[in-house]
Amino acid sequence: MSESLLANLLLLSVILINFFCLGSARLVACIRAIAVQGVVLALLPVAVHGLCAHSLVLGLGTLCFKGVLIPGLLLRAIREVRIRREMEPFVGFATTLFLGTLIAACAFLCADWLPLAAAHHEGLLVPVALTTIFSGFLLLMTRRKALTQVLGYLMLENGIFIFAVLLSEALPLMVEAGMLLDLLVGIFIMGIVINQIRREFSTISTEQLTALKE
Amino acid sequence: MLIPLILLPLVAALLAVVAPWHQARSLLLVVGSAGHLLMTGVLLAQPAVVGTPWLGLDALSRLVLLVTSLLFFGCAFYAVGYLEYHRVRGNRVMVPCLLVFLSAMTLAVLARHFGLLWLAVETTTLASAPLIYYNRNRLSIEATWKYLLLCSIGIALALLGIFFIGYGALVGGVHPVDLQLDALLAAAPDLSRPWLHAGFVFILVGFGTKMGLAPLHCWKPDAYGEAPGLVGALLAGGLTSVAFLAILRALQLMNAAGDGPLARQALLIMGLLSMTVAAISMVRQPDIKRLLAYSSVEHMGILAIGVGMGKLATFGALLHLVNNALTKGGLFLSVANLQRGYASKKLWEVRGAIATLPVSGTLFLAGFLAITGSPPFGPFMSLFTILRGVFGQGATAVGLGMLVLLAVVFVGMGATVLTATQGPAVQLDTPYQDKLLVVLPPLGFVLLVLVLGLWLPEPLVSLIREASALLEVTS
Repeated sequence: MSESLLANLLLLSVILINFFCLGSARLVACIRAIAVQGVVLALLPVAVHGLCAHSLVLGLGTLCFKGVLIPGLLLRAIREVRIRREMEPFVGFATTLFLGTLIAACAFLCADWLPLAAAHHEGLLVPVALTTIFSGFLLLMTRRKALTQVLGYLMLENGIFIFAVLLSEALPLMVEAGMLLDLLVGIFIMGIVINQIRREFSTISTEQLTALKE
Repeated sequence: MLIPLILLPLVAALLAVVAPWHQARSLLLVVGSAGHLLMTGVLLAQPAVVGTPWLGLDALSRLVLLVTSLLFFGCAFYAVGYLEYHRVRGNRVMVPCLLVFLSAMTLAVLARHFGLLWLAVETTTLASAPLIYYNRNRLSIEATWKYLLLCSIGIALALLGIFFIGYGALVGGVHPVDLQLDALLAAAPDLSRPWLHAGFVFILVGFGTKMGLAPLHCWKPDAYGEAPGLVGALLAGGLTSVAFLAILRALQLMNAAGDGPLARQALLIMGLLSMTVAAISMVRQPDIKRLLAYSSVEHMGILAIGVGMGKLATFGALLHLVNNALTKGGLFLSVANLQRGYASKKLWEVRGAIATLPVSGTLFLAGFLAITGSPPFGPFMSLFTILRGVFGQGATAVGLGMLVLLAVVFVGMGATVLTATQGPAVQLDTPYQDKLLVVLPPLGFVLLVLVLGLWLPEPLVSLIREASALLEVTS
């Protein structure tokens, strides 16, 4: 029982971090929040499946990649482009926050309707996974800065990760490690591209990227 | 034998990273791809290859492997001449990325585990992003960013779809839950239907983004337009085929679960939409590379329709996969020569190509005739087969719609291509002329397509027949 209590606490903190990212304009704070979310996710497999080799290794890997390395890359990117705040998002912060709450409410309501396995009806895993995925999408759609879009992508990936905890027995460790590595390399390349965008356009707003169209 | 096939390009890539000379790196590219093609040939000659639970070689992967390896070999050859032109920009990034790209595509083709398949396809995205950015200007940054972000998100959705299928197995009481293809196929009837259907849709959307099916194609014209021609050829012929294979794996699963008709319907709808969107965008298209990108969207749509109809049309679609990849190779490489010569890819500057750059201009025209399905080229045969399959099943509306769209594409593409190729010679400002190294690969591709139109080798026919049997309901 204490294990599921821990898991639920972790999942609730994931949702709170989602809200924080949706409502905050400070990029550094958002990156730190995503780092904390990564650490929370690292604890999740252990909290759900108990102490076993698989969940320990997965947790450690997640801690290194999602908690330390990827946020580190993003912080470095932000230092190079010298941009601190997300100015003038397409949709205001209050509105995004409101939409985020709506998403969370819908996710919790819908999760009851889904044909879940008997063991998962009580847990928060599925609704929190859905909330995080859709919050990531919201962040992707409503922000201008390339860096915030990367944060949205990371949040989306985190949501998928939470869903994957449900079936960690089906996923060999090698595949999970590969997925984390791919994510890291992806963020690394995105960081480089962001830097190039800044060098060419002296901004990292993706609004400038509109030359290619019909 | 399967693992060395994946490792060979990877080793060549590592060597290229440490190799200190320009020529050595270019040579490694050719050696790596030639070795890959050779090993592919040896593998395909064997009637049965012993696989592992992770890697295997069924008829579908044989077909895609053959296409990818052949296309990559031609492009690697072309790359030597191309990189020689751009010595200043160097090939320190280009060559390793190309080789890693080949390795990842091979892994995706051979993968028998959905997790591994996903991993490999995601790696192809990462390896190809620096290739699209090769020209290092504002436009290529924009194209790279769109490609990277959209494809990463698409692929993330495909991963979610794979997890949905895994969860469907969990809910359906399959034990142990395994995402290995054969295990899933065996357990398919027990999978929980809602999760399986949701999983298929997500996989279709995810890998469909990668493949460039409408309405998920919006990165495609930008990326193909700004990437170097040989990268465009590899994306349009190789990567799209690999992404299509990933969708076919999900279709196999739906078939095994008895829900094939639903999956086919989804493919059919997306295919028709892709053809329509492409046809509309190709009319009066002033940019010859974007024109090719939309042509790629169109042909992905044709593949989806063919498989969506099933039976004879599936056979036609798989044959079309081969024809499309080779023709796209010839088209993109010849257009790259034109773009380099004219220092432009806009219709108002590219004029009189046949008189100015005779070989590349003629190849462009021939490639256009081939891809729009004119006899005697290969795509004519495959399109004809697909249409016969469509009409044979009584889907007259779909068949007529396809015919109309093909006609629109022929006229739209023809207007652009004829304007670019016909007319008096133009004085070029650039020193680039048709040279053997950059003309031979597209010539080879166009000749191959011509041969495939006149004569289909028996082994290829039986391979495609086997592959399409995998996509039919077997029970």
